[in-house]
Amino acid sequence: MSDVSPVVVDRDIDTTNMQVSKTEVAVEIIGMNKWFGDFHVLRDINLKVMKGERIVIAGPSGSGKSTLIRCINRLEEHQKGQVIVNGVELTSDLKRVDEVRREVGMVFQHFNLFPHLTILQNLTLAPIWVRGVPKAQAEETAMMYLERVRIPEQAAKYPGQLSGGQQQRVAIARSLCMNPRIMLFDEPTSALDPEMVKEVLEVMISLAEEGMTMLCVTHEMGFARQVANRVIFMDQGQIIEQNEPEAFFSNPQHERTKLFLSQILH
Amino acid sequence: MTDIAFVRSEIEKAQPAPRSQTGLVAWLRKNLFASVSDTILTVVAVVLLLWLVPQLYGFLIGRAVPPGGTVEQCRVENVGACWAYIASEIEFFIYGFYPMAEYWRPNIVFAMLALIGLPLLWPSAPFKIVNAILFFVVFPIASVVMLSGGMFGLRYVPTEQWGGLLVTLIISVVGISLSLPMGILLALGRQSKLPIIKTLCIAFIELIRAVPLITILFMASIMLPLFMPQGTTVDKLVRALVGVTLFASAYMAEVVRGGMQAIGRGQYEAAAALGLGYWQRMGFIILPQALKHVIPGIVGNFISLLKDTSLVYIVGMKDLLEAVKTKNDAIEWASPTQSVTGYIFAAAVFWVLCFSISRYSRYWERRLNTGHKR
Repeated sequence: MSDVSPVVVDRDIDTTNMQVSKTEVAVEIIGMNKWFGDFHVLRDINLKVMKGERIVIAGPSGSGKSTLIRCINRLEEHQKGQVIVNGVELTSDLKRVDEVRREVGMVFQHFNLFPHLTILQNLTLAPIWVRGVPKAQAEETAMMYLERVRIPEQAAKYPGQLSGGQQQRVAIARSLCMNPRIMLFDEPTSALDPEMVKEVLEVMISLAEEGMTMLCVTHEMGFARQVANRVIFMDQGQIIEQNEPEAFFSNPQHERTKLFLSQILH
Repeated sequence: MTDIAFVRSEIEKAQPAPRSQTGLVAWLRKNLFASVSDTILTVVAVVLLLWLVPQLYGFLIGRAVPPGGTVEQCRVENVGACWAYIASEIEFFIYGFYPMAEYWRPNIVFAMLALIGLPLLWPSAPFKIVNAILFFVVFPIASVVMLSGGMFGLRYVPTEQWGGLLVTLIISVVGISLSLPMGILLALGRQSKLPIIKTLCIAFIELIRAVPLITILFMASIMLPLFMPQGTTVDKLVRALVGVTLFASAYMAEVVRGGMQAIGRGQYEAAAALGLGYWQRMGFIILPQALKHVIPGIVGNFISLLKDTSLVYIVGMKDLLEAVKTKNDAIEWASPTQSVTGYIFAAAVFWVLCFSISRYSRYWERRLNTGHKR
């Protein structure tokens, strides 16, 4: 099984800045449980993410992967246990929720750009109104990130005029403009045409190379193999197995993991 | 199997369309005589127009008595519209019982409405913020002072004497400017997570929508004074204004809520994930998109509000339609077509106002069309 997942980029990953901190905790989840009505969707989740970690969360659909990372910026509320992000515990206190959200960027499966605003306005809105950055400076930063995702020429267009891959790169740039300490990716390539997956993954890899703390829900096992330092496998709302990618792919332990991998890597 | 291989060697030139696709004949065939039933409908419509247009022309223009004519001319047999009657009573239709010597005061208010209100509707006009302050703060105060008087040496004119188009416009403009913001707040309240606010908004919206406007106006004018302490009175016009505005805002709330429901959950989540606060999320992300979706609904409400203003006759206000009805009975213009002409005039004024609103809203729909839906 070890040699079947293709690499994403045809080059060696530059690991100079990809250090995982030994002491600084980015996200700590302790005994977290969540229900949707009567349905126990997350069960006793314990997860500690150190600063600089690149974590890929895999698992069958309905296993609670997305719900898990959505609990980290409280798009979903948990009912039991603790979620601590950058040292701030998430409770119903809205001030703390906003405080956490400012430091945690999120990229969605369906991009969720604001269709009534231009690309540049999409990027500058939050820095201006949440961080209080002057408009000119926010636009300068936005253009810098647009150049990094290689679409500065689209700044004046509206999201509907861009391809899916371009929209998703804008969405990543929009999160980066807030200068987040953690990035959450919720199946960022699942809604893209096959030709556009690579351009988005490349941006994500370059982000990893800069040392960003990342939690990615994705089915891109090539990305997991090349970039992640830890792969987490979930099923039925629980973390079933986690390991370094090499060991995870070559020597899965749990029966459910083996079954899953045999079905997606062929 | 070589006969399935094909490579084009030269590019085919574009050719002009065949005659049957362009020109007048093609247009006629496509739009008027496409099928047997289309042809029948076209013929029937043409016959109807040939009959109707001369009739209308004769009544409205040909046999009509133009402004400046006498009542005797209006009394001849088979006479057309009596425009002379409209012209001679036009001041009553515009100002009601407002004292004639003070007509310049409503005129100034009309002028202010045009000079301050119209630029606000025109997106590329400069000084939007100053303009908005002028319209929403200075203009109402100045108008009240101007119309009501009783200060600065202006003679006091009680609202009982205001009437005609003046009252129609006051209620419409106030109702339209207040019902949209109130409707938005009610819609947000109805979606609120706070149970008290949510319950209050639902109760208000459902109560108001379950009751006819006439009932609300009756309540405001007849019931309200019974509950008020002795000696306190609320002005009739203010009561009508409050009634109409509350009524319109309940409907507006539901239109706005409809627009908000068209916005996907992803937009709320993306805005929240960026750390935007509640009012920022609503103000920058949700409402601009939601309101854009429901421009036709909002404008429909504005138009029906404008027409509903004629119901204020219930509380004894003489709006445009009521002013016309009053004069339709005036003995000095008694003639066969007096009241028909009056109603045609009132209808024409309402039509001009409502059609303008409708056209203006089309302009905004086109202007805001940045969706580029895939």
